[in-house]
Order: sequence, then C-alpha cells, then structure tokens
Amino acid sequence: MSPDLVGLLVQATADTLTMVAIAAGLGTLFGLPLGVFLATSRRGELLAVPPLNAALGFLVNATRSTPFIILVVAIIPFTRLVAGTSIGTMAATVPLTVASTPFIARLVEAAIREVDHGLVEAARAFGASPAQIVLKVLIPEALPGILLGLTLAVVSLLGFSAMVGAVGGGGLGDLGIRYGYQRFRPDMMLAVVVVLIVLVQAVQTLGETLARRLNRRIRRT
Amino acid sequence: MPARPSPHDGDDAPLIRIEGVSKTYPARAGAAPVAALSGIDLAVPKGEILGVIGRSGAGKSTLIRLINGLERPSAGRVVVGGAEVSALAERDLRAVRARVGMIFQHFNLLSSRTAADNVALPLEIAGWKRDAIRTRVADLLALVGLEDQARRYPAELSGGQKQRVGIARALATGPDVLLSDEATSALDPETTRAILALLKRINRDLGLTIVLITHEMSVIRAVADAVAVIEGGAIVERGSVFEVFTRPRAEITRSLLAGETGHGLPPGLAARIGPEPLPGAAPVLRLVFRGAGADTAVIARLARETGIEAAILAGSVDEIGGQPFGALAVALSAGPDVAARARAFLVGHGVETESLGYLAPNREEARVA
Repeated sequence: MSPDLVGLLVQATADTLTMVAIAAGLGTLFGLPLGVFLATSRRGELLAVPPLNAALGFLVNATRSTPFIILVVAIIPFTRLVAGTSIGTMAATVPLTVASTPFIARLVEAAIREVDHGLVEAARAFGASPAQIVLKVLIPEALPGILLGLTLAVVSLLGFSAMVGAVGGGGLGDLGIRYGYQRFRPDMMLAVVVVLIVLVQAVQTLGETLARRLNRRIRRT
Repeated sequence: MPARPSPHDGDDAPLIRIEGVSKTYPARAGAAPVAALSGIDLAVPKGEILGVIGRSGAGKSTLIRLINGLERPSAGRVVVGGAEVSALAERDLRAVRARVGMIFQHFNLLSSRTAADNVALPLEIAGWKRDAIRTRVADLLALVGLEDQARRYPAELSGGQKQRVGIARALATGPDVLLSDEATSALDPETTRAILALLKRINRDLGLTIVLITHEMSVIRAVADAVAVIEGGAIVERGSVFEVFTRPRAEITRSLLAGETGHGLPPGLAARIGPEPLPGAAPVLRLVFRGAGADTAVIARLARETGIEAAILAGSVDEIGGQPFGALAVALSAGPDVAARARAFLVGHGVETESLGYLAPNREEARVA
C-alpha cells in the first residue's frame, strides 16, 4: 500500500473514532436519563407516569425500527439545523447520536429493571426521595449492566458509522466502499476490515474488563 | 444532625397506634378486590417487643408496612410517636421514616457498597456531614460486632453478618422503632439465635420499640414480650408471650404452637391416642405447669399419695417470657376413675390438666404379653 493510502486509512480511522466517540458520549448523556425514566415511570414504579412512559416507549421503538441508512437521510433537515451542514464527519454525528440515544436508553432501562426491588423498598423505608433512590441505589447497582450495555452500543455505533459515507461522513466504512469496492482495491478493503476488527475487540475487552472489575466485589468468587 | 422532633402525647401513650385499619387491594382484571387486612386495632407501648405471627398470606407483611407508610390503609388510622402516618404525604413521611428503622428477610443491602457504606446510606439520605457519618458508622458497626468487616462487600459476608449490617443500617438515624420483616427467616438456627439476641440487647440498651413479623413461634418466644396472632387479615389473639404460649385460645395459635415446648406429641404416639376408653387403654392427660408453681415433683407425689402412676410421654419444662413453664403429656396407669382422681389431685396442686384421650396398648407389647 502506498503512503498515500496509509494516510487515507489513518485519516479514516480518526474520523470513525471521532464520530463514534461523540455519538456514544452524547447518546449516553441523553440515553442514560431517558433509560432511567423509562424504567422508573412504568406503572407501580418510583415515578409512575404510565401515559408518558408509553409515549416515550413508542418514540424509542419508532426510532429503533427505522433502518439507520433511512434515518440518516430522513433527518437531514434536523442535521442541518443542529450541525449547520448535512455533509461531513461532524454532520454525521447527528444521525449517529439520534440512533444511539434510544438504543442506549433501552439498555440502561433493562439494567435498571434488573435491580432487586427490595433495595428500592429499603431505600424508601429509610426516607430516600425518588431522586436519591435513582442516584444512590438504582444507578450504582445497575452500573455493571449499564457498562456492558454501553460496550454493546459502541460496537453497534462502529457498524453504523460505516453507513454515514452516504452523506459524506467519511470514516472507515466510506473508505472501504469507495476505495476497496468501487476502485477494486482488495488490499484497502482488507485493511479497513482489519482495523474495524481491532477496534471492536479493543472496545469489547475494555468494556468487559471494567464491568468485571465492578462485578468482582459484587459476585462471590 | 437534624433535630429530632419528639411529639409525645404523654409518656404512657402507646408509641404505635393502629386503629380500625383495613387494607383492600383494588380489583385486577377479572379478579375481585383483595382484602389484606380488616378491622385491625393494635397498640404498641414504648420499649415493647411485639411479635406478629401468622402463616404466609395472613397479612403480616402489609401490617408492618403500615407503620412506616410503605403501605397505606384503605380505612383507619396509623399513628407513630404522635405523627399520623396514614395521613401524611409521601414527602412528609420521609421525616417519620428516619425515626422508624427496618430490617428485611433478604437483607436488601446494596451490593455495590461496602458494609460501612451500606450503613452510611440512611445518613447520606438524611443529609449528615461526611465526618459525622464516618464516626457514626464506626460506632454502629461496633455495636453489631462488625468493626473488622467495614470494608467488605455484602457478597463477602455470611448471612448473619449481612443481617448485622442491616441492623446497623436500620439504627443509623437513631430511630425509636425498629421494624423486622422476617429478619431471621433466611438464617440457620444458630445464626437466628445470635441475631435475636442482638435485637433483644438493642431493645434493652437503646430502649427501642421493636415490631417483628415471623411465621416461627420460636422467634416470638426468644425475643418478644407480647404477641399478636394474625389470620386472614385479622388479629385473632393478642397477649403477653407467656399468656399466649401457655393458654392459646385460637385454633391457629395452637397449630402454630404445635412444634413448641410441650405442645404436640410425637406422630407415632399421637396415632395411638383415641377418644374411646378401649379395654386396657391408659388415659392421657396434658399437664400444664405455669409460673412459680411449675414444680414437676408433683408427679411423684401423685404416685405416692394416690397410687396412680403417670408415665411421661412427651413434654418439656422451660422458661417462656422469663417465667417457668412446663407442659407434659402423661399416660396414667389403667383403672376405674383414674383420670378423674388424678385430675382432682393435680388441680388441687395448681396444675392445669386437659384430657387428650386414651392411649391404646402398643401392639408389640400386647403380643408379647
């Protein structure tokens, strides 16, 4: 591979990492509270608001059932509003964030619902407010599950980021399509795939290590 | 440290008053409403250990949760230390709950926090300063004998140690009342004894009022001063532990007592006891020795003075609620009027008697004879 192509590969890797990092960060920022709310606003729960819960649940499902490539195109006006443009790496983080937020919310919701209800009752018995229960009981207890969920979300985002080439988002997927496929460069295709495999492995290992470290004190060995 | 209001309506007023309380759960799709409690009246004086006993589903969990407002009555009033718990909004209940600690069957400790941090939780919730929390937690862990386990996580502790952490946590905010929800049901007998002894000590040393629910009479016997028996959502019997153990009135109480001191007979023996005085059958009596007169030497005197021999079939002599108590099942030597004469003699010596029937001769023995 020529130095030019190596340069392209490095640039594409950097673009991918940037997009995924921003989307995962913002997705967590929005998805964590949304997930906590989805878990606690169900009927009979801490902040029971069943109608709002149902409405948000519908919205989350609607977003998640839209194929990502269609979502990217469908929200172009929104992307332009937020990022000022609909083309390029930064613009691509908008649909990535929109897609990852409900995904992360559902994973957080599932982790929170795994927390033993007895702990919530105990906290209530000690006079905890709903906010204290969320911050001091539900989130700390669900943290290992949330971390594993975030790992899954980041891996999925690496996959989604390959599609934002459609709006000039750049990144590894775009490089693989344009150079590897359209210009018949199997070496470039292979390089892109290898880099993606390494990234996914690294993310997965990091996430599992963190979750295991948290879990070690929780599970009896 | 937040000031603790102490609204007393007189020192002799009960600390906890439950008046005419009913609890009905609304109908679910296709099912009728469920009445969990009906017409409950219960007063718990300050410093008392009240045991509430009943089978599962009798309503005892609901009853204990009325006291800290985790459950709200459908009708009636619940008053704790002058605060009408049943009328307070959730927000105002939080102040009351700092004065009512609670421990649980499955401990309900946070797995993500160490023993010390679990004990600190109610203090963090109550807004204590970090330094004050550290000192208080150390004192509490010492109180329950866990000072050397402070930095361990619940997963590294035994069941008994976890419940000790639970007790320390429940005592953190210096409550007047401790609610115990089947706190020893998940523990082995030895650990159960140790935990109950700890509860008794806390009651004595801190003057804490304790309401505990259980399905085991042995727990009531080990710690409680008074007992309320609950069945089908209603209190069917209430009295001092000694009174209820030695003179159970309700059928459910007798059945719950079956495994306890002097109540019940070994199954093989019970099968041989019938209501009819068959030829050669020996009358069987239950003798109850209560209080200071619990002197079983009276059986020897019975033989000496009336010539009636009493063979002890089952029973024990023990202490209940700090008072001596014995219950024996005896088979009398056969003969005319034996039962009536023996009962007259025993009653004259302060022993209560109850006829259990007639013991058929053992088939093996009969064949040999």
